[in-house]
Amino acid sequence: MAPILRSTSLLALFVCHISLFFCFFVSNLPISSGSEDSYTITGRVRIPASTVIGHAAKFSNIKVILNGGQNVTFLRPDGYFTFHKVPAGTHLIEVYAMGYFFSPVRVDVSARHHGKVQATLTETRRSLTELVLEPLRPEQYYEMREPFNVMAIAKSPMGLMVGFMVVVVFLMPKLMENIDPEEMKSAQEQMRSQGVPSLTSLLPASR
Amino acid sequence: MAIRVFLLLLLFLSSAIVSFSLYEDQAGLADWHQRYIGKVKHAVFHTQKTGRKRVIVSTEENVVASLDLRHGEIFWRHVLGTKDAIDGVGIALGKYVITLSSEGSTLRAWNLPDGQMVWETALSSAHHSKSLLSVPINLKVDKDYPITVFGGGYLHAVSAIDGEVLWEKDFTAEGFEVQRVLQPLGSTVIYVLGFVNLSEAVVYQIDSKIGEVVAQKSMVFPGGFSGEISSVSSDKVVVLDSKKSILVTIGFIDGDISFQKTPVSDLVENSGNAEILSPLLSNMLAVKVNKRTIFVKVGGEGKLEVVDSLSDETAMSDSLPVADDQEAFASVHHEGSKIHLMVKLVNELDNVLLRETIQMDQHRGRVHKVFMNNYIRTDRSNGFRALIVMEDHSLLLLQQGAIVWSREEGLASVTDVTTAELPVEKDGVSVAKVEHTLFEWLKGHVLKLKGSLLLASPEDVVAIQELRVKSSGKNKLTRDHNGFRKLILALTRAGKLFALHTGDGRIVWSMLLKSQACERPNGISLYQWQVPHHHAMDKNPSVLVVGRCGSDSSAPGVLSFVDVYTGKKITSSDIGHSVVQVLPLPFTDSTEQRLHLIADTVGHVHLYPKTSEALSIFQREFQNIYWYTVGADDGIIRGHVMKSSCSGETADEYCFTTRELWTVVFPSESEKIISTLTRKPNEVVHTQAKVNTDQDLLYKYVSRNLLFVATVSPKGAGEIGSVTPEESSLVVYLIDTITGRILHRLSHQGCQGPVHAVFSENWVVYHYFNLRAHKYEVTVVEIYDQSRAENKNVWKLILGKHNLTAPITSYSRPEVFTKSQSYFFAQSVKTIAVTSTAKGITSKQLLIGTIGDQILALDKRFVDPRRTLNPSQAEKEEGIIPLTDSLPIIPQSYVTHSHRVEGLKGIVTAPSKLESTTHVFAYGVDLFYTRLAPSKTYDSLTDDFSYALLLITIVALVAAIYITWALSEKKELSEKWR
Repeated sequence: MAPILRSTSLLALFVCHISLFFCFFVSNLPISSGSEDSYTITGRVRIPASTVIGHAAKFSNIKVILNGGQNVTFLRPDGYFTFHKVPAGTHLIEVYAMGYFFSPVRVDVSARHHGKVQATLTETRRSLTELVLEPLRPEQYYEMREPFNVMAIAKSPMGLMVGFMVVVVFLMPKLMENIDPEEMKSAQEQMRSQGVPSLTSLLPASR
Repeated sequence: MAIRVFLLLLLFLSSAIVSFSLYEDQAGLADWHQRYIGKVKHAVFHTQKTGRKRVIVSTEENVVASLDLRHGEIFWRHVLGTKDAIDGVGIALGKYVITLSSEGSTLRAWNLPDGQMVWETALSSAHHSKSLLSVPINLKVDKDYPITVFGGGYLHAVSAIDGEVLWEKDFTAEGFEVQRVLQPLGSTVIYVLGFVNLSEAVVYQIDSKIGEVVAQKSMVFPGGFSGEISSVSSDKVVVLDSKKSILVTIGFIDGDISFQKTPVSDLVENSGNAEILSPLLSNMLAVKVNKRTIFVKVGGEGKLEVVDSLSDETAMSDSLPVADDQEAFASVHHEGSKIHLMVKLVNELDNVLLRETIQMDQHRGRVHKVFMNNYIRTDRSNGFRALIVMEDHSLLLLQQGAIVWSREEGLASVTDVTTAELPVEKDGVSVAKVEHTLFEWLKGHVLKLKGSLLLASPEDVVAIQELRVKSSGKNKLTRDHNGFRKLILALTRAGKLFALHTGDGRIVWSMLLKSQACERPNGISLYQWQVPHHHAMDKNPSVLVVGRCGSDSSAPGVLSFVDVYTGKKITSSDIGHSVVQVLPLPFTDSTEQRLHLIADTVGHVHLYPKTSEALSIFQREFQNIYWYTVGADDGIIRGHVMKSSCSGETADEYCFTTRELWTVVFPSESEKIISTLTRKPNEVVHTQAKVNTDQDLLYKYVSRNLLFVATVSPKGAGEIGSVTPEESSLVVYLIDTITGRILHRLSHQGCQGPVHAVFSENWVVYHYFNLRAHKYEVTVVEIYDQSRAENKNVWKLILGKHNLTAPITSYSRPEVFTKSQSYFFAQSVKTIAVTSTAKGITSKQLLIGTIGDQILALDKRFVDPRRTLNPSQAEKEEGIIPLTDSLPIIPQSYVTHSHRVEGLKGIVTAPSKLESTTHVFAYGVDLFYTRLAPSKTYDSLTDDFSYALLLITIVALVAAIYITWALSEKKELSEKWR
């Protein structure tokens, strides 16, 4: 149960960390020598230099995918990517980078305006003026170990058992003291007469 | 009371959103990940004196990778898109790896040390054609000679520094196909040789700086060429004519073209068709004729002369310069279980520079490719190493008469997977022996406790990891109580069967398929043939491997029966008929061999095993055997039934004819089948009834004969972006495969494929693209039995007025109703699977293989049609999650955690003996295995369980008891004195 609560709170934490700066732009560079109806989509992936997790932002492991696997491309050292020979229409661009979650981007390539491109983040429905893709949130694949904590130990079943024992050992005598000695005696006699075994008689060495 | 508390606790647990989650130090305990690259197509060595020695390879799985030459490890690798096949690879400027892909239309440069892409250039191409990459070997790094690329009718010169296209020549009008680009060292003029319509040889001399044609010569060859070409020197090439019987030497000294014809029959007597082999040797060519390889020396005037001949089973490398204008090449041939590697000088074939004999595993097959590299030894002599690709796709490095390293690259193209049990443990070996002494045991647990309390130092963490791996005994080759140790049997495209251990992923055994009918059958599928359970316990379990001689579906099939424990082939047979479909029947014979039907292309089915006992069992059930075929091309689903034994022409009593029982025809103008799916036949369903929150009963419609079919409009069958929402619609059907009855039809307007679906119990979950929202969607359809819905009344049950005992038959028309719900999903999907457990009690998780090659575990409760926006208190207690418009992607529920299963193709799940746990195996270019507990391990203690803490608590309790006893005795004594 506990890790579940933790994961949800972490998620919330990530959401808080998202910088609300999203700007997208899709360039409109129609291929000069290509056929009339194929265009080029150029964009850029930017990953904030310092992130919550500290995953080294390695561009070499990032893939940019057009239309669910129709085309796959990689990033250049400066973070730019290009899809060539894209026909006019509405396309979907996804960015996959370990440690980050990117929203898929809806890209409209207009045939009428010579490959003018409009982009929208499908997750947040935010339209972009510049094609700069930033992660929506970092992803942490492991649970965080909680640091050593006395309360966690005390709350564990065994901690509770120890705690109960402590109560019995140290607080019960105190309670017993408060009882009137005569009442106590009568109670003890009653117990003896009923033959209820006391703690001492239970143990073998008590004889 | 205790029961009530327990129930409450259960309720509490089940209402929590259980996500798969892992601490970082638990990674690699129950899971393993193996990285592969696939069958190597090209290899380029990079062995400069400084820096690490590496080899750049490109493979048939569209991978470009840099491997460590010393150990065979992957420095870096990139898996290109599925349609982005690599045509050529080279190293430019000594620092960039150049790859040409997509039929010569994409040129990329990768940084050699770290694999970062440096530049990417799209090249124009007019049509599909063979493509050619020519990277100049420039000795002076400062001078930039352009890379020349031919593809799709265009010749391009590309600068290696930034990928800029310097010039391009359009040859589409002439129909000129470039065959060779020759770049004499130090010259700016390049020679471009090619054919027009395979009948005219043309040579262009092009200034490589500006792309201007300096000179052009062409000459018509009356016979025509076959297109096979071998360049033997900087001014000569040799081609075969269209009849493959004449070798034509084309010389183009100073731009003049000359032909010289030499019939192959002049070289070899009784020659049949000749074939020019691919290795490039200087002033020599290798020709395969009459199943022998002959070496033909090309003289100064184009005179051909046979200098040597070798047996057919010889693989050769390209020649490469060794000292003093000499060129050498490597050849490998087999002799029994050994291979002989020879390196010879091209000019003097008798001068063998190196002769090595290496013992080779029989199950690797023959040598397919050889790549040679030389190095200078300390005594200034030449040393050679050879990279060889075997028939099973494995990659080996040979050096100094030994296999330095090997990689099982066959595992990058797994076609089918099944699991098998390990042998039962014999007496005398027990798991307890792993723990040596009580002290060590305690020490280990103290360490674990430190780890879980975050008090451990880094050394301790390493010690804990080692201890965990050791103490779990997970790598033993025997069965365990929990069923965690199993064998994963993986059949590869090369026709090799591997058995992998679930503990650490090592290969327990491997076996290459063999057949008398053809050289090397392809592997198609795997079936459980014999699983001794009640009877025949002395027998080892075995699997049936179905293979095929050739890629065509009408090619004859090959069956092999393999013992799972030993990996030895029991029998193998060439069955003489084709294999279209294999149907495992739900019957076994007295030795627990499962009956299988194999359908061929002619419409006959064949029964296996071919025993009279099997035949009698089959005859009893003759009327009850139905199956269906899906014709995706013509849009027809057909149901078949047995008719009679095959008539006269073949006296084969195990062959049967069939007849068509029903057809479902989809209108071809509006619907095209893109996906079909059935339930896994061995799936276990725990309960048929589902209790609603209002104490209402729903009966699941659980049938093995349900088929899920998805169709799209023909226009929408293409890629996303090629169709508008108005033009495309997606329709899904649930069809009963006995009667052909359509039980349910659901249409999604403005949606398109690809559809990825999973079918389990009474529900289907499928993933598709919604064009209107421009997002992916996931829909769940649950199917319930209406006819039994009336059996809710207790009185009815008591008085026997229910119909629960009425036989359920597939012939009757079932009254069903469905519930469905749709959600958005933020990622493209490659495959979906579902967890499976031994008894089906544990709640299920969907395993979604995303396009990022990760696997996401999603609880089935997220795709439950009963989800509402505001669930009532009772519904919340039952664990119904409030409805959201999209499914959550919780990073901690990626079962692959920080790994990627590159090129993911499929996910296989198998139950373990422990009800809570399931095995998950994912394959693609990489392999990944893990164990999952979809509802946490409620039936066993976790690895984290701190025995030390338990022990300390018990000790503390005992101590406390004694102290209290001492105190109470003391008190009693003092009371007595009083």
